[in-house]
Amino acid sequence: MKLFVSEGNPHCLKVLAALEVTGVQCDVQYVNHEEKVVPFLSRPARPALLLPSGQHLFSSNAICRYLFEVKGNETSELCSQWLEWEATELQPALLQALYMAVLQGKGAEVSTVLQGPLNVLDQSLSKGTVPYLTGEAVSLADVVLWAALYPVLSDSSLALSEHKSVKAWFDQVAAMQSCQSAAQKVLQGKGLQGMKSYMQRQPAPQSSQCKAAQPCNNSPAEGEEGERVVSVEEMEAATLTWSRGLDSTVPADRQHPILPQEGKRNILVTSALPYVNNVPHLGNIIGCVLSADVFSRYGRLRGWNLLYVCGTDEYGTATENKAREEGLTPQQICDKYHAVHSSIYKWFQIDFDFFGRTTTEKQTEIAQDIFWKLHKHDFLVEDTVEQLRCENCQRFLADRFVEGSCPHCNYAEARGDQCDKCGRLINAVELRDPQCKVCRQTPVIRSSKHLFLDLPKLESQLEQWLDKSTGAGDWTANAKQITRSWLRDGLKPRCITRDLQWGTPVPHPDFDKKVFYVWFDAPIGYLSITANYTDKWEKWWKNPQQVELYNFMAKDNVPFHSVVFPCSLLGAQDNYTLVNHLVATEYLNYEDTKFSKSRGVGVFGDMAKDTGIPSDVWRFYLLYVRPEGQDSAFSWSDMAMKNNSELLNNLGNFINRAGMFVTKFFEGCVPVMELQQEDKKLLALVGWELQQYTQLMDKVKIRDALKHILNISRHGNQYIQVNEPWKKIKGGDTERQRAGTVTGVSVNVACLLSVMLLPYMPSVSQTIRDQLNAPQSCINTMLQGSGTFVCALTAGHRIGTVSPLFQKLEADQIESLKKRFGGQQPTLGSAASSHPAAVPAPAAPVEVATVNGVDPEKAKQLTQAVAEQGDKVRALKTQKADKAVITAEVAKLLDLKKQLALAEGKSPEPAPQKGKKK
Amino acid sequence: MAVRELSSLEKYLGLKKPNKYSTQGDKKNNNGPPLAGLATIAHQLVKEAERPELLGDTAESRAVVHQWLEYSVTKLDSYTKEDIKIILKDLSLYLLDKVYLAGNQFTVADTLMYYGIHPVMVDLTIQEKERYVTVTRWFDHIQHHPGVRQRLPPVLIHRNRIYMADTIEI
Repeated sequence: MKLFVSEGNPHCLKVLAALEVTGVQCDVQYVNHEEKVVPFLSRPARPALLLPSGQHLFSSNAICRYLFEVKGNETSELCSQWLEWEATELQPALLQALYMAVLQGKGAEVSTVLQGPLNVLDQSLSKGTVPYLTGEAVSLADVVLWAALYPVLSDSSLALSEHKSVKAWFDQVAAMQSCQSAAQKVLQGKGLQGMKSYMQRQPAPQSSQCKAAQPCNNSPAEGEEGERVVSVEEMEAATLTWSRGLDSTVPADRQHPILPQEGKRNILVTSALPYVNNVPHLGNIIGCVLSADVFSRYGRLRGWNLLYVCGTDEYGTATENKAREEGLTPQQICDKYHAVHSSIYKWFQIDFDFFGRTTTEKQTEIAQDIFWKLHKHDFLVEDTVEQLRCENCQRFLADRFVEGSCPHCNYAEARGDQCDKCGRLINAVELRDPQCKVCRQTPVIRSSKHLFLDLPKLESQLEQWLDKSTGAGDWTANAKQITRSWLRDGLKPRCITRDLQWGTPVPHPDFDKKVFYVWFDAPIGYLSITANYTDKWEKWWKNPQQVELYNFMAKDNVPFHSVVFPCSLLGAQDNYTLVNHLVATEYLNYEDTKFSKSRGVGVFGDMAKDTGIPSDVWRFYLLYVRPEGQDSAFSWSDMAMKNNSELLNNLGNFINRAGMFVTKFFEGCVPVMELQQEDKKLLALVGWELQQYTQLMDKVKIRDALKHILNISRHGNQYIQVNEPWKKIKGGDTERQRAGTVTGVSVNVACLLSVMLLPYMPSVSQTIRDQLNAPQSCINTMLQGSGTFVCALTAGHRIGTVSPLFQKLEADQIESLKKRFGGQQPTLGSAASSHPAAVPAPAAPVEVATVNGVDPEKAKQLTQAVAEQGDKVRALKTQKADKAVITAEVAKLLDLKKQLALAEGKSPEPAPQKGKKK
Repeated sequence: MAVRELSSLEKYLGLKKPNKYSTQGDKKNNNGPPLAGLATIAHQLVKEAERPELLGDTAESRAVVHQWLEYSVTKLDSYTKEDIKIILKDLSLYLLDKVYLAGNQFTVADTLMYYGIHPVMVDLTIQEKERYVTVTRWFDHIQHHPGVRQRLPPVLIHRNRIYMADTIEI
């Protein structure tokens, strides 16, 4: 056991005193202030005790406690309490006092700083009947507190005249020989000045402690600030806007093809191309297509000339492999899954201007053109690569189609790119005992000639462009950070060719039978998809002067869009439009499970519609938890809660009440509004939220902007609640007039909400305007400038039929969904990734074949099928679906139950029918 | 703040007499005798629950447990951004070869340090979680220790590295 101390360090006084008092045998070593003793602490800690076990204690109180305990003195609760008080209350004050006395020469002010703690100590000592802190004898607490106070109290400038009990106690402890000797060792009789060199090394104490990290609030609407104070000017300005009325111009219908126009803000929006060979999951949807959709819809409302393109990324080994698995050709696989993707995005109401694919003639044409330009400008280099080739399968093996022992840790099932056990990256040829994952034969190493994009040569050009683009555009923080870290590590040449069949052929004669590597090829898909949309695609893609390009993606795709693809385009030297705003999300997780590439769980695009929850509600919740700035999680119960509290009770409730008042109290016509102070205040509050909304949306803070929509309906609900139009309508003329104003203002706020909601919930937004019979021109009026809240529904306007917008999600419904999607399926991980995703397909639907006899496995499958079908029927019923549809589904359910009974070996008699409940 | 942590600890310990304490942290003035402190009460609760193993089973481990209890009340009560960096850095070095704060045994120090550091972890970016990977690993371990997390939101932790590794795949 060894104790490390430094001269002049007040904390060392405690342990030396404790050592003397207890008489524990221990080596004491004096070290200078800077020497590192405790290996894991960045700031030198004194005292430090090296325990026999090899562990270090670095807290003086813990050391003292240990020394006492070794001698058989267990620390009492009271003692413990004093020690904690010393550490949390006394020490901060002492540190400040010492700082003032030793370094600032303000010894006179020390007593003020110590006043509080000394009062506490004095009162405690004077109340008790015992001379020491915890009893009749000196204890650990006395030693520690005495030693802590000694440097300050021994200094003659501080009189303890007000604290007589402290003085008596202090003197009594100080009289002990062991304490005297410890004090001498640490302070060397120099008093406070003995601590000067120690104090100079301490950070200045902060008089007001600042709390840095507050728990972050995940949900946008819960972080409500207190009531904002509205100024008179704001109210007047809001009233003026209100009275301006609607723009007469009606938004023009979209005319395809949309092309850049002189004098307009021309915006090109892309969403990362989802990889074709799988069904997209919620993470994919929120990460790219949905986020880009919300922004595009918003941009169109703002009157920007905007084109939104996306498509499926179809080339690559994963597709080839999937084709092999399903016994189809790669083209058939692409056709099949392209249709799956299209229909899912259609259900989610993703409003692409064009949704294309990468396996087209245009892709070959444009990719080869870029290739030749890079070749011409000498940005391609040749190199030989060693690759594994399976002679049995007659093909080169992509990294993840090889398995073997990890060369670092010997883990037997390491993949060709990475070892799952030790996490290290592996070069596939380094694997020991490699095996082809498909046929389990041992592959051979073959060398193959490949072309590389010379990134180092393009690096300085890239950096110049990045400085400009990230400086002027709206790049998310993660996008900038990931890009920076790539540049910091230095760029290396990147291989752009592969030995595969399913890809864009490399046109160079020396490299025939090779195709472009997908990372080179796939981003060119943006261009070729646009080219399939319009022949004049170059007006978008070779027009950086007129066009602003927004790329939406999940963060794993950032380097391809910020470094690699821009290098291809810069190197081609053909005046390409490069990204101006790179918007990357973090990851969306599923419930509280971690991201796991191989065996995650989650909800898939095609299953979302089977839940019976409307597409708009899905959109709302995904956007509400959009992983903006940090990871977030999808959770069923949270979704139900947000639906019930935000949509149903807040937003839906407000809009419905406003409409119902018009219908019930004013025969469906908007009443005359005479604005009073209170109404003007609401207009100002709503105007402010609208302004926040547009500012955030302009910066693509989609989740944060949603908060302000919900704030408006909260203001609205409060406004109705306070003004009670349902009571006033029964009163005299003035009161009835008031009820009219409140109703009229409220229904206009509802109209504004419908416009603000449009990017998020397009159907609900339209339904609201239909119910209010709102003029079409309100859509483009309200989002002009920084937002203009005008009176769109003037007195006398007749509204339509009002009905509730949302339905409650019941706990049992959610529970069954949770069970259905939670973990049983061997399904996708839920990273919001789109391209590089080596993930298995979702489980095939449970096969329902006729069974003859008991089969537990079948019974298990059927039990699940019955549960699922039951959910479906319930969902249909809650939706009040067509009766014929329900009957058909019920028939299926009964059939399933019958099969289940058979599989379980029971008699297939149907359970007695219950009477219909109402 | 302290009260919430203590009632969480009570729940974890299965004690059934909630809220019979007050802590000096909650008192605004320093007059009158301090009633107790977070670490002290935590200690007492563990004793009450007859779970002495949670305090450490040797003098050494008891000292280590107390050291971390003290650390949680002194360093994790208020801090600056700079402090957080140092705390995370130190802890990640410390935890390099340990499963729990007191070595191989779960103790009350893990519980209180978890409560104390939770607000910090919630705010970390994925990149920072990767940088302080041993802290992250310990934290994840503790938040999944039965009964510890309670109502605190789980902090999501990824096993795949994205900043430290090249993510290119076919």
